[in-house]
Amino acid sequence: MNGVRVLVGTRKGAFVLTADGKRKQWDVSGPHFTGWEIYHVKGSPADPNRLYASQSSSWFGQLIQRSSDGGKTWEAVGNEFAYDGAPGTHQWYDGTPHPWEFKRVWHLEPSLSDPDTVYAGVEDAALFRSADGGKQWQELSGLRGHGSGPHWQPGAGGMCLHTILIDPADPQRIFIAISAAGAFRSDDGGGTWKPINRGLRSEMMPNPEAEVGHCVHRIAMHPSRPSVLFMQKHWDVMRSDDAGESWREVSGNLPTDFGFPIEVHAHEPETIYVVPIKSDSEHVPPGGKLRVYRSRTGGNEWEALTKGLPQRDCYVNILRDAMAVDSLDPCGVYFGTTGGQVYASADSGDGWDAIVEHLPPVLSVEVQTLP
Amino acid sequence: MIRILLPYHLRTLACVEGEVDLDVSGDVTQRSVLAALEARYPMLRGTILDHQTQQRRPYVRFFACQEDLSHESLDSPLPEAVATGSEPLLVVGAVAGG
Repeated sequence: MNGVRVLVGTRKGAFVLTADGKRKQWDVSGPHFTGWEIYHVKGSPADPNRLYASQSSSWFGQLIQRSSDGGKTWEAVGNEFAYDGAPGTHQWYDGTPHPWEFKRVWHLEPSLSDPDTVYAGVEDAALFRSADGGKQWQELSGLRGHGSGPHWQPGAGGMCLHTILIDPADPQRIFIAISAAGAFRSDDGGGTWKPINRGLRSEMMPNPEAEVGHCVHRIAMHPSRPSVLFMQKHWDVMRSDDAGESWREVSGNLPTDFGFPIEVHAHEPETIYVVPIKSDSEHVPPGGKLRVYRSRTGGNEWEALTKGLPQRDCYVNILRDAMAVDSLDPCGVYFGTTGGQVYASADSGDGWDAIVEHLPPVLSVEVQTLP
Repeated sequence: MIRILLPYHLRTLACVEGEVDLDVSGDVTQRSVLAALEARYPMLRGTILDHQTQQRRPYVRFFACQEDLSHESLDSPLPEAVATGSEPLLVVGAVAGG
């Protein structure tokens, strides 16, 4: 029978949640790497037993852990992330130049076809790649060096490269997003890059429609339709139908268009999910009600999903990498909160259950659908 | 023989219990001891000294013989008692954070 493995990164360790295809009874394994911040854990699409985890702490820095048995055992692999050449400067919060400094890995994206190839999105923003299972990392410096880097600046959480999407139809095409620089695309496997932010409007910027500087929180795509992208920006939910060449707003009837994650249904490319958050100054659900919003029309028309979610006195946040879907039928949807709950829906979001409730603050959620 | 006591998280990472004993050839300094430590336990690379700067990470401290050696040069000789193995070099995670 099919099963699912949910990989959860938290402020104090990693957890692996497993269930059979019914997704009713959950086994919780962990914490792994207790006491360390686990920004992200993700499995290889080419080998589901190959997992990569980003482990870090303020004391001891960055580590990368690798598992070859689905998370039962781990080994530390390479943790040297050296910028290519002279790092240069980006903008600091006050607009002054600030040297690029490596802080941590936010996101690990394994190759679609090779378990030993994995990309890492880091803070201060850059993209790294390993082709030997994480032992050695090389920067794809065409991104940071393409010209606009000196104008990038950190968001409140740091200047992080947090989203990496690989086009399944053309693995040479890679999309990434940076807070707060915007979205970028490479059509040559990461060698050269172009900003793809036309149509984004950010009122807090001196030029609201500038080529770079937008605080993109997350981008999602459906693998069958990689030219259609959905974006949760700092404010605004956006959509592109031309691989990021242009964007249009699809916030529609959302109660607030601020939020962090965005996801696409596994079998319905026009069904998307967001979690509206009241504002960038409050970071809590509106009215203390935790509501996932689903659009079945690719945006603009949204419905609140509330069954099984707390509808009073709930003031958790859902961070940008903390939502994922499985590929069972019906599609499962999962998200983790800063309050330590992981919620799952086995029916495309109609109803939700907390599958674990008292974890440390959840930083990331990924799901593997197992044969 | 040099004795090193690592903080809990680095003992866990290196899969060691108690002190680590190392043989160090030549001058016994912070740098030479840490180089020997990293050679024995490669997973510790970058966790005590920053990969790029090769300086002590800010929240890591070095103590020995009741003294804070954190601000000594990495190339200064460690106390005789550390060099002879009668006292351990303590690598300490600063008390900070939540």
